[in-house]
Amino acid sequence: MLLIDCPYCGPRAEVEFSYGNEAHIARPLQPEALDDDDWADYLFMKTNRKGVMLERWVHSHGCRRWFNVARDTVTYEILAVYPMGAKPPKLPERSYL
Amino acid sequence: MRTRYNVFSLARNAMRHHADWPKAWRSPEPKSSYDAVIVGGGGHGLATAYYLAKEHKLTNVAVLERSWLGGGNTGRNTTIVRSNYLWDESAALYEHAMKLWEGLSQDLNYNVMFSQRGVLNLAHNQHDLREISRRVNANRLNGIDSEVLDAKGVKDYCPAIDLRGGGRYPVLGASLQRRGGTARHDAVAWGYARAADALGVDIIQECPVEGFRISNGRVQGVQTGKGYIEARKVGLVPAGHASVLAERAGFRLPVTSVPLQALVSEPVKPVLDCVIMSGAVHAYISQSDKGELVIGAGVDKYVGYGQRGSLPVTEETLGAICELFPIFRRMRMLRNWGGIVDTCPDASPILSKTPVEGLYINCGWGTGGFKATPGSGHVFAHTIATDRPHAINAPFSLDRFRSGYLIDEHGAAAVAH
Repeated sequence: MLLIDCPYCGPRAEVEFSYGNEAHIARPLQPEALDDDDWADYLFMKTNRKGVMLERWVHSHGCRRWFNVARDTVTYEILAVYPMGAKPPKLPERSYL
Repeated sequence: MRTRYNVFSLARNAMRHHADWPKAWRSPEPKSSYDAVIVGGGGHGLATAYYLAKEHKLTNVAVLERSWLGGGNTGRNTTIVRSNYLWDESAALYEHAMKLWEGLSQDLNYNVMFSQRGVLNLAHNQHDLREISRRVNANRLNGIDSEVLDAKGVKDYCPAIDLRGGGRYPVLGASLQRRGGTARHDAVAWGYARAADALGVDIIQECPVEGFRISNGRVQGVQTGKGYIEARKVGLVPAGHASVLAERAGFRLPVTSVPLQALVSEPVKPVLDCVIMSGAVHAYISQSDKGELVIGAGVDKYVGYGQRGSLPVTEETLGAICELFPIFRRMRMLRNWGGIVDTCPDASPILSKTPVEGLYINCGWGTGGFKATPGSGHVFAHTIATDRPHAINAPFSLDRFRSGYLIDEHGAAAVAH
């Protein structure tokens, strides 16, 4: 069970939250200029990091606000919580084989 | 010649107090070069190596496993085998596997304990009933045995169930595939390993793949924990770690890795002689030959490589099991664990060539790869040996995410993925 520190409500259990997957995916500014490969990459290809993953969460059963989380996907440790639109904080790289 | 397992070898070894059964497979040091290397020594990887050797006479092959054989998802699933998938492409793939399952123990000379005890997929509301009728009709058009049971039919087939479902999960009917059932998952890995080894395949455990040597868009070999191995053909069969390996080979995959949980109870006398699945509550249950109830739960909602699931998922599954089977309420769970499954956006696997020539990938099986083990290995071996997909796995290419030809089995596959 994750304990997620909602920036607006404080630490709550993971069942109160919904997952929004990978953060910082930029919508193409010129969609008409994209070919099928670019669309496939934008729509389907995932970072799916084993290590530090930057991801979006929403406090569905609370304030219903979105925010970003940096989480280690092996130890499940939450390393940082930061608001939508903010740049990710500098974190040491963790890599696992 | 390897010892064949039969009643005479059993009797002979019984006389010697089972002290000198020969090893089921060798454990050689890797050679410096192979015709083909398979990365991943689970059921799918070992099956691929076996069919490469048996059907395509490619015996200078190594299987590289990062830990021990069948220690990943092959040894962590709930052992269910069925082929009642909705779409034609999936039906062809899983039915191909089912036909191989039916002769597998004889083919491998290894008892995989395949038991066609019947698989029920429950309907809890009118919508489920309509979905089931649709899927059963689709299955029959594809030549797959499948039938609809009403509530009384479910109770007759599985007397232990409570049709009221505690009011929360009333059982209105079910689909039944009588040819579905279970198989001993470890035996599948061991059986394929032994049979592949007998044909000359080198099985190398504790040999993680750290990277690939690629020049001019073509794979030249793999860098491993036991040194560099040259290979012109490399098949990746890595389950949950598909994206990790793909990243090292320089391409991206549409998969999300999440833990899928299962539990077993204390062993009890025979009480459940079929497999019960409920897509709506994402719980499945069967009873192993040792008497333990084997319970499958859902996936965590977030990316994870921790090989353990989160507690709320366990709670929800066990809650549903207790409503459907009040007689199990006081049973104690002995163990729970998780396996990392790589799920695709359309809940269908990828069996495909990759942007790197000579590199092939078999991944994305999500929550349901075990049942496909023989078929997956069979068509993937064909893809590697001939450098072309088999007609059955052609629709499961990586290119479908570019062309938009998705095989959307979400919900359609009789279970909520």
